[in-house]
Amino acid sequence: MTSLTTPKGAGLSSVSTGRKIKDKLVQGFVYLAFVLALVPLLSVLWTVVSNGVARLDPTFFQFSMNGVSGKDPGGGAYHAIIGTLEQVLICSVIAVPIAVLTAIYLVEYAGNGRLGKVVSFFVDVMTGIPSIVAGLFVLALWLLTFGFEFSGFAGALALTILMIPTVVRATEEMLKLVPNDLREASYALGVPRWRTVCFVILPTAMTGIVTGIMLAVARVMGETAPLLLTIFFTKAINTDPFSGPQGSLPTFIWEQAADPNQNSIDRAWTGALVLIAIIMLLNLAARLVARRSAPVSR
Amino acid sequence: MAKRIEVSGLHAYYGGVHAIEDISMTVEPRSVTAFIGPSGCGKSTFLRTLNRMHEVIPGARVEGKVMLDDEDLYASSVDPVAVRRVVGMVFQRPNPFPTMSIYDNVAAGLKLNGVRRKSQLDEIVESSLQGANLWNEVKDRLGKPGAGLSGGQQQRLCIARAIAVQPQVLLMDEPCSALDPISTLAIEDLIGKLKSQYTIVIVTHNMQQAARVSDRTAFFNIAGTGKPGKLIEIDDTSKIFTNPEQKATEDYITGRFG
Repeated sequence: MTSLTTPKGAGLSSVSTGRKIKDKLVQGFVYLAFVLALVPLLSVLWTVVSNGVARLDPTFFQFSMNGVSGKDPGGGAYHAIIGTLEQVLICSVIAVPIAVLTAIYLVEYAGNGRLGKVVSFFVDVMTGIPSIVAGLFVLALWLLTFGFEFSGFAGALALTILMIPTVVRATEEMLKLVPNDLREASYALGVPRWRTVCFVILPTAMTGIVTGIMLAVARVMGETAPLLLTIFFTKAINTDPFSGPQGSLPTFIWEQAADPNQNSIDRAWTGALVLIAIIMLLNLAARLVARRSAPVSR
Repeated sequence: MAKRIEVSGLHAYYGGVHAIEDISMTVEPRSVTAFIGPSGCGKSTFLRTLNRMHEVIPGARVEGKVMLDDEDLYASSVDPVAVRRVVGMVFQRPNPFPTMSIYDNVAAGLKLNGVRRKSQLDEIVESSLQGANLWNEVKDRLGKPGAGLSGGQQQRLCIARAIAVQPQVLLMDEPCSALDPISTLAIEDLIGKLKSQYTIVIVTHNMQQAARVSDRTAFFNIAGTGKPGKLIEIDDTSKIFTNPEQKATEDYITGRFG
């Protein structure tokens, strides 16, 4: 215990005091970093819950803002919730297959080929696109050039552009983690490559892929700027994502928070709370689904 | 079922690296042929050219001829996937599919090749597991994950999986190197049993194992780092281990080298 200098060959001695202090110090730093990282998260959650709970009533889920002005109490986000769910669903239906197939191509088929490198480069470029640029792109192409009207679908297209690169990257990383042994084992059984991908590689990587998709869904669900340019704005319920302006939770929050009346601000907080809750519920559901197909040991 | 393999003038490359040079040999059916030699001498590479697994690695290619009875495996009309159904393989490390149960692991090759009838699958799964000496240990837990078995059991599961697709030839790449002596013994017994039905080729670093299980032994060597591996000689196992033709073989076997 007291021997601070251990001569070589002196046998086993207890850990020196200096090392013990360093150990405790670093341990302390790690816990401190953990707490620091947790502070903003808890603070956001607390603020949103405490402010949003006031308007968390059935009315909020049953009514739109049609005919409700900023200073009026009541009103709800039914139109916005419907809009967000439809837009993100359409976006996922388009983006997930494209992104997962791209990742499969990059990992399983491209090898060191030129096309693989080009695709990989453009995925990187897409990752860096600011969300408003995706909105402007859809506005310019889909609405102004092709002449379609504002719609939930146009919003979904803008979100798709944002979702694809995130899902490609996440899926790629997960596929790379699948041990090569498994691919070889499958090939050696005389299984063609595409069946190997479908029945061996994808199930093995499924948990990670689902997590990646959920993170991407959570990200696009909170996007406001591209939606303002594409779904436009409405206070009324529009269940048809293919025609006419539609609501969405982020634009609902943005609009309500911009109004100086307390009733509007309360609605904005509740909107934020509902958005977070939807994302968390989706996350939980995805985890449950993924767990059932997860690789098992013991 | 078993088929004879005749290799002539075979070269294998990894990109620009010449891995094995000019190998010619005959592997007899219903017998065990062992490949021995120092690490990096191309034994495994050569083994993988026998079921066209070599070319799975990007940039790898093969020159020369491999005849399975009277079919050339490298003829341009031959589908490598079809070759691998006829020439099965067991790897160094046990690699059961982690998402699948014991039953599904054994049935994997059949299911992925389109066999769907439950009764037929049940039958083949049982006979394959029995063939791999694993049936009695797992028959009560076929639905449990394959990754939950011990290392030796996993390796026998992989052998069961390989024989379930009813290949003509079974290639084994150091199948016991990750196993304890008891599991090794179980696998060696199994090899002795399987050779009545299959042509078996086994790569091993364990010379006693080669002496125990094989009928014929091939010694591979490498002239130096960066040089391609070569077949030094192939002969009956008893001859290789008692009275080899080549000095290099004798040096290797007696431990004066490598």
